[in-house]
Amino acid sequence: MTFSFDLLYEAIVFGILLGGFYAAVSIGLSVAFGLLDVPYVAHPAIMVLGAYCTYVLGGYGWDPVLAGLALMPPFFLLGIGIYRFYYETFEKRGTDTGVRGLAFFFGVAFIVEICLVLKFGVDQRLVDASYIGNSLKLGGMRLPLRMLVAFGIALALTAGLTLYLSKTFTGRAIKAVAQDEAALRLMGADPVRIKQWAFGIATAVTALAGAMLIIIGPVEPMTDRIYIGRTFCVVVLAGLGSMTGTLVAGLILGISESIVLTNFGASWAPAVAFGLLLVVLGIRPQGLFGR
Amino acid sequence: MRRRVPRFWIGAAATVVLAAILSLSRINEYFFFAGYAVLQFVVLATAWNILGGYAGYVNFGTAAFFGIGAYTSVFLFTALGAPLLVQIVAAAVVTGLLGFGTGLLTLRLRGIFYSIATVAIIYIAETLMVNWRYVGGATGLQLLRPTVMFPFATYTRMLFFIMAVLAVVAVSIARYIEVSWIGRGLRALRDTEEGAESSGVPTLRLKLLACTVSGALMGVAGAPLPMYLSFLEPASTFSLNYSVVALAAAIIGGTSNWVGPAIGAILLASMQQIVTVTISSEMNVLVVGVMLVVFVVAAPDGVLGLIKKLTRPRATAGGAP
Repeated sequence: MTFSFDLLYEAIVFGILLGGFYAAVSIGLSVAFGLLDVPYVAHPAIMVLGAYCTYVLGGYGWDPVLAGLALMPPFFLLGIGIYRFYYETFEKRGTDTGVRGLAFFFGVAFIVEICLVLKFGVDQRLVDASYIGNSLKLGGMRLPLRMLVAFGIALALTAGLTLYLSKTFTGRAIKAVAQDEAALRLMGADPVRIKQWAFGIATAVTALAGAMLIIIGPVEPMTDRIYIGRTFCVVVLAGLGSMTGTLVAGLILGISESIVLTNFGASWAPAVAFGLLLVVLGIRPQGLFGR
Repeated sequence: MRRRVPRFWIGAAATVVLAAILSLSRINEYFFFAGYAVLQFVVLATAWNILGGYAGYVNFGTAAFFGIGAYTSVFLFTALGAPLLVQIVAAAVVTGLLGFGTGLLTLRLRGIFYSIATVAIIYIAETLMVNWRYVGGATGLQLLRPTVMFPFATYTRMLFFIMAVLAVVAVSIARYIEVSWIGRGLRALRDTEEGAESSGVPTLRLKLLACTVSGALMGVAGAPLPMYLSFLEPASTFSLNYSVVALAAAIIGGTSNWVGPAIGAILLASMQQIVTVTISSEMNVLVVGVMLVVFVVAAPDGVLGLIKKLTRPRATAGGAP
C-alpha cells in the first residue's frame, strides 16, 4: 500500500469531526459515571432510544436537531426517574452496588434494545434534512455537512456543560457531590437531590446525542453495543468527570479510528475504541485528566 | 459436611447416567438440540460464578472466552481434522491462558473497570476473527460434521451427552473450589482485598487461579459449538448475549452456592428455549433482560435466597440490613 499525505490529512480532518461527535455522545456518561459513579452501561441504549424518537418526530416533518432539543425535557425526567429508582433499590441499601447495579443497567439496555426491535424491526433507520447528504468543498476536500452540524452541536454541548458545572451554583454542587458527599451533607445540601438533578441533565444531553447519532448515519436497535466501548473509552481516557478531558479524549479516539479506517479498512475500526480502552486501563486507569 | 460429599458424587454420577439413557432413547431430536443449549449455559454460568460469585470480580467477557473456545475448535478441525475431545482440551488451554491474562488485569483494575476491560476483550477478539480469513472471516465457515461415534444415533445426541458430562465436571470443580480453602480465600478477598492480603491470604495467586479455571471452563462450553451448529460466524459467536445470560443465570439462581448458577441456567435457558419456539427469538432476549432486572431489584440473592427466606422466615426477615 502506498502512503499518501493527502489521505492522512483527510483522515485527520475527518477524525477531528468524528472525535467531536464522540465527545458529545460520551459527555452524558462522563457526568453519570465520571462524576456520580453510577455504572451506567445503559447510556448508549438510551442514546439509541433518543435516535429513534428523533426518527419518529422526523416522520412528522421535524428537523432532527430541533427534535433532539425538544426531546431533552422528557429525557431529563426519564433520567430523574432512572436515578431515583437506582438510588432506592441499590445505593440506599448500600450492599454490593457494583455487581447488581451493573447487572441492572445491562438488563435495562437489553430491554430497551428489544423494545426497539419489536416496535421498529431490525432494519436501519435514517432521517432526512437539508444538510444530510450534501458536503462542503474546502480546498481539495469534501467535508460532509452532517458531520459539521454534529461537530458544531458537540462543541456547543461540551462548552455549555463545562460552563454549567464550573459557573453555576448547582453545577458546582454537582462537582462537590462527586468529591465529598458527606461534606456536602454537612453544608445542608441534599446529595441525593443534586445527584438526581445531575443524572437528569446527563440523560437530557443523551437525547441530543441520539439526534446527532441518527444525523451522522443510519441507526439500528443494536447500535448501542459498539458505543459501550466508544463512550467508556472516552470517559476513562478523559479521566473520570473531566469535561475538557472528554473533548480531548473524544478527539484522540476519533482521529485514531479514522486513521485505522483509511489505512486498514472498516473491519478493523470497531477494535480501535476497545483496544485503546484496554491500553488506558492497563497503563493509566486514572486517565489523562484524572481526579 | 462430611456426609454430603458422597451424596454429591452419587448425584453427579446419576446425572451422567441419566444423560446417557436420554441420549440413547428415542425422544424427539429437538429435545437434544434445546437441551444442549441449556447445558451449555449451565457450564457458562457455573464458570462465571467461580470468579464473579466467589471473588466478586464481574467478568463481562464470557462471550470472548466462549467464542475463542469455539474458534480454537474450528482452527484445529480445519487445520488438522482434530477430534472433538482434542478440540475441547485445546480450547480449555487457550482460554485458560487468556483467563490468566485477565487475572493479571485484576492487579490494577477493580469493580466496573475490570468489567469494562473484559467487555473490550470480546470486541477485540471478534475483530480479529472477522479479519482472519482462514477461519472464515466475517462471512463464517460451513463445517461438515464427522461421522457419529457408536452408540449414539445422531451427532446432536452425542453432543448433548458430552455437554452433560462437561456440565457435571464444571459444577464439580466449582463445588470443590467453594468448599476448599480456595473458596474461603476468594470470599475473604471479595469482602476486603487488603484485609485478606494482610492476614496472609495469597490474593494474587487465588485470583489468577480463579480467572484461569473460570476462563478455561467458558472455553470448554464454546468448544463443541461449531459442531453443534455445523457453522461458525463471528458476530453471533461473540454476542454480548452470552455474557449477559451467563451472569443473569448466576444471579437469578444465586451466587453464593455452586448449585445456584446451575439452577439459574436451567431456569433461564429453558425459558428462553420455550419462548423462542412459542413466541419469537427477539422475545427470548427480552426475557433475559426482564428476569435480570426483576431479580436484581426484588430478589438480589436469587432463587437460593428466596428458598432460604421461605424455609427460615424469621432468621432473614428481621435481621436484614
